[in-house]
Amino acid sequence: MESKLIILLVVIIAAVAIAQLVRVYELSSKLRGTKEHETTQKDNNFNALMLLLFMFFQIFGLVYLMVEYGWTGRGDSASVQGKETDWLLNLNFIIILIAALITNALLFYFSFKYARKPGVPAYYYPHNNKLEMIWTVVPAIILAVIIILGLQTWNDITSASGNDSKVVELYAKQYGWTARYAGKNNRLGKFDYKLTTDNNELGLVTKNTIDTAIYKLLKGVTGIESIQKKLNDASVVLSDSAQSALTKSLSSKERLIRLLYQMKGNHDVKVDNDAWDDFIQKDTLYLCVNQPYEFKFRSMDVIHSAFFPHFRAQMNTVPGMTTRTKFTPDITTKDMRLKMKNENFNFILMCNKICGGAHYKMNMKVVVLSKSEYMEWENRKFKETFRDKYFPAVAPAKSPNPAPADSTAVDSSAVLPEKKDSIKKV
Amino acid sequence: MASVAHDEGLHGHEDHGHDHHEEGFVSKYIFSHDHKMIGKQFLITAVFMGIIAMLLSILFRIQLAWPGESSETLSFFLGEKWAPGGVLKEDMYLGLVTIHGTIMVFFLLTGGLSGTFSNILIPLQLGARDMASGFLNMLSYWFFAISSVIMLISLFVESGPAMAGWTIYPPLSALPQAVSGSGLGMTLWLISMTIFIAGSLIGSLNYIVTVINLRTKGMTMTRMPLTIWTFFVTAILGVLSFPVLLSAALLLTMDRLAGTSFYLSDIIVGGEMLTNHGGSPLLYQHLFWFLGHPEVYIVLLPALGLSSEIISTNSRKPIFGYRAMIGSILAIGFLSFIVWGHHMFITGMNPFLGSVFVFTTLLIAIPSAVKVFNYLTTLWRGSLIFTPAMLFAISLVSTFITGGVTGIILADSALDIAIHDTYFVVAHFHIVMGMSAVFGMFAGVYHWFPKMYGRMMNTRLGYAHFWITLVGAYGVFFPMHFVGLAGAPRRYYDYSVYNEFDTNSFEMIMDLNVIVTLFAITAALGQALFLFNFFYSIYRGPKAVQNPWNSNTLEWTTPVEHIHGNWPGELPTVHRWPYDYSKPGAENDFIPQNVPLADGEEEH
Repeated sequence: MESKLIILLVVIIAAVAIAQLVRVYELSSKLRGTKEHETTQKDNNFNALMLLLFMFFQIFGLVYLMVEYGWTGRGDSASVQGKETDWLLNLNFIIILIAALITNALLFYFSFKYARKPGVPAYYYPHNNKLEMIWTVVPAIILAVIIILGLQTWNDITSASGNDSKVVELYAKQYGWTARYAGKNNRLGKFDYKLTTDNNELGLVTKNTIDTAIYKLLKGVTGIESIQKKLNDASVVLSDSAQSALTKSLSSKERLIRLLYQMKGNHDVKVDNDAWDDFIQKDTLYLCVNQPYEFKFRSMDVIHSAFFPHFRAQMNTVPGMTTRTKFTPDITTKDMRLKMKNENFNFILMCNKICGGAHYKMNMKVVVLSKSEYMEWENRKFKETFRDKYFPAVAPAKSPNPAPADSTAVDSSAVLPEKKDSIKKV
Repeated sequence: MASVAHDEGLHGHEDHGHDHHEEGFVSKYIFSHDHKMIGKQFLITAVFMGIIAMLLSILFRIQLAWPGESSETLSFFLGEKWAPGGVLKEDMYLGLVTIHGTIMVFFLLTGGLSGTFSNILIPLQLGARDMASGFLNMLSYWFFAISSVIMLISLFVESGPAMAGWTIYPPLSALPQAVSGSGLGMTLWLISMTIFIAGSLIGSLNYIVTVINLRTKGMTMTRMPLTIWTFFVTAILGVLSFPVLLSAALLLTMDRLAGTSFYLSDIIVGGEMLTNHGGSPLLYQHLFWFLGHPEVYIVLLPALGLSSEIISTNSRKPIFGYRAMIGSILAIGFLSFIVWGHHMFITGMNPFLGSVFVFTTLLIAIPSAVKVFNYLTTLWRGSLIFTPAMLFAISLVSTFITGGVTGIILADSALDIAIHDTYFVVAHFHIVMGMSAVFGMFAGVYHWFPKMYGRMMNTRLGYAHFWITLVGAYGVFFPMHFVGLAGAPRRYYDYSVYNEFDTNSFEMIMDLNVIVTLFAITAALGQALFLFNFFYSIYRGPKAVQNPWNSNTLEWTTPVEHIHGNWPGELPTVHRWPYDYSKPGAENDFIPQNVPLADGEEEH
């Protein structure tokens, strides 16, 4: 509290001091007979010089920052597509730096050079069509080049992936990323958010997951039957607000279950296998060098953005729709560490769209492996598919585990065994 | 006290005694219908809001420079609830960022810039007695004032102010389960903005009608000062785009309150499965940026208009290419409506649509370049007088260039991928929109202060304020480009996370963040000079002469003392354009617009 009083006192004294200085200044200018609106020659020249000095400050600052921090602090691009955009970025930077330096320099130089000099009148020069035509056409031509080059690259980057691409889904939620690899058949299973349960956190669609979801919605701890029981229980007196919250919850759950029954009725079991062979990966996203990837993005709650700064790739994840992008990593984590001269360096997937309090902590390590390392990892993961992990009961004949529990039971032990993931750290 | 400020004196009473009643305090200072008073009301309200928004930015800059360290300043302003132990809470960080952006964009730069100067200058420079409707004009200010108050109140609600960023993208802004600020704070934000939009619409319609109908004799459209042209186009942009924001906000309100699904689909939040289906968050973004992008020019154009007038006057030269300038303003105004998609390249919008927006966006660079070259040619061979207003106007051109060129990078969708939503964007729009508009506003205040208050501001303090502000502004926003190129996302509470995967970038970002914050604090303290100068001069500044800058426009033909109807006798008649400075053969280096052409003199 004392420190605050002192600060307040200092502020007041400072204000009074400035006021007194201003008074002195005003009195002295009255004595000298100068008017406030008339800029003295001395002041004018001083400011003209300062503007010129500011130009040097600006150029010096730019050069210093560029030397100290480089074009891009995140290092060279680590993907094929990124190389293309980096080249384009450099070209554009050169163009805009030249334009900005010339015009800024002219601005400050003219300000210095043409500061008022007694006896030198200004030159009456209202317009010149030729000049104006030149500085309409020249920027237009430069911009045409920028647009054409930019759109070529944009088309390359956003065009559809080839058949040789591996498909990976990234699922975003407050505050973390989950990856789903498309498995052996390289086709992602279908999903529906209504099927999201403890042992199906990505809402994949299979006959069994639909049944599980229906079962839980009906008989789960906060399921329809339990709510109905609470509402009908005469021995418990509910407050108005609790009653209306329960009623509301019940009506939305009844709506959901109607949709689930509908889904069950229309379900085609032939697509189940697309989902069963997918495998889910947390904490770290493993990629294979020189392998084209097609990424699909989904979000559980709000908009996030999948931002791979080192691969120069980014796409928003939007609840209610699937978005996509593609890139081909072209350098392994190991090699990038050598290049960055930093043993602890890692590629990263960050969230880059404001998504709540812990937005800044929402990221996922990305590791690019060499082809052989990747194959080894992938082969191990092929044995930990969605079905193996969560619905081993429905596994075909050669399932190693003889179905420990009914898949529809409320299985709170279905935490992901990611901690056991023993991929050796590169 | 106020009556001292506006020292009417005997003279004033005589002047309007015969056709006006003696005014009471309330009708003169509070519910005034007089455009000059309303302009001043806008200015002071906006300056107050600006101070708050600046303070908020200093609070979160402290967190960014010294994350996790206890700060006296933070605990002083935010208390134990939002800064326990002097360390900012994550949620409040987002709240500060959101309200800082909202106040700066809407309340300072839209209300403050266009509201203040359109009101003061449109009737005075056109030779009108007042706005077309004084009553609506008053209403527009009071809507603005009420919305300001509600926005400030939202800072004090228990669950915190809106926290979804100034663009309030749903679903984050629609779901209180997702972030605490999306509860009451967001509701207040929506109410405040709804009122703000209503006020802005009324104001804009009034400006348009006034410009079209109330020009004095001889004031053809092509004799209007460029300030009026920019206010006119700005008002049109406002009328066409603000209602779209209102509809976006209305749909959001319905999603929040009435259970509709305009923006919501397939969401599980806070463990609850919502039944909303079929909405699209992209719809909101389209609606928002349909306002959001013209909004950039609503902010920028008046600043460019003010600087055109100031640079011409203080160069003692006509503005170069007057008609090209008008053409550029119209072109920018038109193009600003078909470029909104460049905010959405990576939102999941169809990439082909993206390419169309690349094309239209880069077209805007052409009229912008024309404007810059015209400014440069206006300075060329001028006789420059560096009043504080002139200095601010020149630095506006500088920030317009510096911030404008980085826009070329961001408008190029392929390049935008890697820097979208990073600090590069933050640096870009703060320089091109924030600083340019703020510089334009300062330039306008220094230049027209004698017209507003009949007194002069202190020039030396003005210089000190200018140099601190210019160096501070560049010191804050120049390094930010490099933070962004390093890949640092915006709206991050703490960049220490970089320590986990890239220590080099971590060190660089932290270093730069400290530099930025130190410059920001310096620049903020520098504004105290302006505030002191402003309020001190209102009461005690030296009396102004009628035409202190030897300017041509009509406002300087009115008496120094404010009167209703602006001109004591007949309205002036206009005989020439407003830029006859240093015309060969003329006696003075300026010829006001109401001076008839001399024998044999040609119009420009």
